[in-house]
This record gives sequence, C-alpha cells and structure tokens, in this order.
Amino acid sequence: MNSKQKKISLKVSEWLRSPGPDGDIVLSSRVRLARNLRDIPFPYLASDSQSAAVLKKVRAMVPALAAAYGPLKIFTMDELDSLERQVLVEKHLISPALANNQQHNSAVLLRDDEVISIMVNEEDHLRIQCLLPGLQLERALQLAGDYDDLLEEKLDYAFDEQWGYLTVCPTNVGTGLRASVMMHLPALMLTKQANRILQAIAQVGLAVRGIYGEGSEIKGNLVQISNQITLGQSGEEIVRNLYGVAKQVVEQETQARQILLNEGRDRIADRVNRSLGTLRYARLISSEEAMQLLSDVRLGVDLGLIEEVVGSILKELLLLHRPAYLQYLTGRNLDSFDRDRVRAKLIRLRLAGKHLHEEEE
Amino acid sequence: MLCENCKERQATVHLTKIINNEKYVQHLCEQCAREKGEFDFDFPSFSLQNLLSGLMNLDAQSAGQVMGFTTQKLQCDNCGLTYAQFGQLGRFGCSRCYNAFNERLVPLMRRIHGSTQHLGKIPKRAGGTLKLRRSIEELRQKLQEAVAREEFERAAKLRDQIRELEEQAREGENNEQ
Repeated sequence: MNSKQKKISLKVSEWLRSPGPDGDIVLSSRVRLARNLRDIPFPYLASDSQSAAVLKKVRAMVPALAAAYGPLKIFTMDELDSLERQVLVEKHLISPALANNQQHNSAVLLRDDEVISIMVNEEDHLRIQCLLPGLQLERALQLAGDYDDLLEEKLDYAFDEQWGYLTVCPTNVGTGLRASVMMHLPALMLTKQANRILQAIAQVGLAVRGIYGEGSEIKGNLVQISNQITLGQSGEEIVRNLYGVAKQVVEQETQARQILLNEGRDRIADRVNRSLGTLRYARLISSEEAMQLLSDVRLGVDLGLIEEVVGSILKELLLLHRPAYLQYLTGRNLDSFDRDRVRAKLIRLRLAGKHLHEEEE
Repeated sequence: MLCENCKERQATVHLTKIINNEKYVQHLCEQCAREKGEFDFDFPSFSLQNLLSGLMNLDAQSAGQVMGFTTQKLQCDNCGLTYAQFGQLGRFGCSRCYNAFNERLVPLMRRIHGSTQHLGKIPKRAGGTLKLRRSIEELRQKLQEAVAREEFERAAKLRDQIRELEEQAREGENNEQ
C-alpha cells in the first residue's frame, strides 16, 4: 500500500450500497440542475479572476449548506491529481468534462455520503447533482432543489421570465434539469427485445445511451435513459414522464425475466453459473468481460438461480472494477496487464466476502 | 469507452483503417490520437475545440473585435460574443447574451424544445414578483369559473385573495426599483 494520504474516499457511495425502490432493475436515479450567475461570463469565456470570484462565492456557501443538509467537502480540480479526478468520474460524482478541465477554479462540493455533488465552473457555473439508489427521481429532484434554494438565497442566479434558468448551452435552458435513470436490462437484451423498446423510448423525447456518457456503447447490459427537453415543462412533469417510462421498462424487463425462467430455466441457470465460475477462478479479466459476467451473475441472483452471492456486491463491482479505481486502491500505476490481474483478484475476493486490503498483494 | 492507448481518458476518436484488405479498428482519446499522428485530417470537433481554446485565452470584452466581427452585428454588450460566434459555438457567452440575441431565439428554442416559454421552477429572489403574478393569474381563472357557476361566496373569497396578492406584487415591484 502506498503511504500517500488518500484524499478521495474509496468507500462505496450510498447509491451503490443500498438497492432502493425497484432496485433489482433500476440501479440509480440522478437529477442535475444547471445554474449560472447573472452577468458573469460563463466558465469557458470567464477570465481567471472572474471564475475565481464564482468559486469564492460558492465556497462561502459551504458552511451554510453543511449546517442545513449534512457535512460536505470542497475539492478544487487543481488539488487533485488526474487519478483522483478519474476515480470521481468512475464513481459518477463528477463529469469527465470537469475532470479534464484545464481551467483553474473548477471544483466539486461533495457531501460525505456522496448523494450530492455540486460542480463549480464546469460547463455552467454550477451543476447541482443528486444521485440516489433505485428509482427515486422525485426525491432526487427535491434534494437537489433544497440545495438550489439555499444557494439562491445568496447567489444572484441568471433567470429570465421567458427562458427560465439561463444556461451555456441552449439545450439546457428553462428548468436546467437533466434527470436520468440507470437500468440493468439483461433479459431484454438476451431476448433481443431491447432495441425495439429503446427505439420507442427515443421517440417520446427521451435519450437512451450506455452508462459512460454520450455516444458510449451499451456494456454490461446497462442503459441510461434521460430527458432531452428542458423548456416548456416543469421539473415535476419531466421527472414524472421519465418515471412513467422507467416503470414500463421495469415491467417489460420483469416479464422478459419470467419468460427466460419459464422457457429456458436450465439454459439460463447454466449461463449465469458459468459466468460466476469464471469470475471466481479467473486470474486475468478485462473490464469489458467483467461487465458482461457480472451482469450475468447479477441476473442469476435476481432470478434466484444463484444464492450464495449478495446482489449488492455485484452492483458495487459493476462500477468499481474500473481502471482508475483499481490503481487508486492499490496505490500503484498499473499497466493494462496488471489491471486485468488486480481486477480478477478484487472480484474473486469480493465474491468471497473479503476486501483487497485484507490480503497482501 | 476508454482510450486503448492510455486507458485513462474517454475514447472520442474512432479510427477504422483498411490496409491490404485487413480492417483495423482503434479507439483513442484526442490526446493519444494527436500524439500518434492519427489526427491530421480535418475533424469537425477539433476545429470547434480550437475555437474554444482560442476564446478562453482572450479577454472576454474584446472577443468580438479579435475574431473580426464588427459591432454593428448582433453582439452582447456584456461579454462581447456575437451572434455569429454563438452560431459557431452553440453556446451563449453570459446571461445577457439572451437579451442581446432575443429576437433570434424564438425559432431556435422552438426547434430544440418545441416551446418558447419556461413553465418550471421560479427562483425566490431572481424570479422577482413572477411567482406572485403567476398565482394571481391562476386565481383570476378560478374566479371566472366561480362566477360562471354562480358560486358567489367562493368568488368573493377569491377576489379578496387576488387583491391581497396584487398588493404584495406592487410592494415587491416598488422594492425592486
């Protein structure tokens, strides 16, 4: 283990630990609000002193936010190295854009339970994010809204009667709200129904993509669905629509799972247990293979075909076997071969209910 | 998807090469692609980024002049962004750009959102009396309905409520000035 003090917590975030409502299919719900300060040029145009002033104003709000809603820390991107920033990206707490931001004065306010993260000087001056386990969009909207209200008491927001909250990109104007759900849809993928359903979703004004951001492929049968339109609908309406669609997808996935069980129980049991076997005994495993096998095992647990593994460990592993996390955990630079080795080991240990630090490398 | 080379950054450059009928596919981040010299062709997002990085280093006030746009054109007096630049970047420069470009925004927003009127949350301070005015509108609607149904007792109550809110709105507006 390295001697360097770890700034970023390696503990598993709240949203990865507990399942939440409909948690067997909906892994997480996220809401983010884009907010800007009046008259100050947006981050990409702001001078160093202007963006420093924005950061200073937000920093001054930390005590009030912490007193009202629980302890939080502020990290500027300058004080984190690239690995630490990447760990935050892999934990879905900051965007890749913030992590790669070359500008000074970019920062994130992180609540200790990692439910709330507020990015400062990303694309917009402020992006308030709430990330919760399972299908809890309304609650996420409300929590993010609490922080929004408190910030607005002291910060002069850019708001217009016609256009709503003013944002850098015209695609975010109005509510500034992007709501999304991350769903695990192995049965719809296996029964080849996913495309049909996801295409229908795209037609009602929602976007569907892989979990690693725009244009990313679907891996580990994980799909992210989010709203596109932000103007002309209230936040509650946007969230209700997405909730309704997510509920329908949950139903479709549940039916598909039942069909898999009824019509091919042995085949599906064979598949998920083989995947479990591979994860238990593999000594080298790539990220891509791990995602697929973990998805299988998770399906096996959900269907009651695998009993000796806890479902939550799989949700945790689906995200935490990622490269930056592995390097941060071991405190070493790992080349891709080493990463495949450490990843296999981490998964092996976690499936046996142990942690990596309990065993010496 | 992560870059195949550094395995740290997102792969945004997807290269397909066909050499002697053999297909090679590579997924790289922009940085690695540039280092490997795989980035010499004209790539649209690249020119956008050049423009962005150029703008970031400029004094915001003079952005318009340096970019060679004259001030007669639609331009934001606060950050200096011109409408032409906005068109290229697809981003506003500051909150006042919305005023400066207002005449052109209606068709744009309709195309993006299918709407030209915010209906969601109204911030307490920045929203001014908008919240009150929205409530007054709602109550007026209810008042008309009540009158139409000859529910006069209810109508009287609504009328009093409206008067009270109107009084508040007037006070609010005086405070703002």
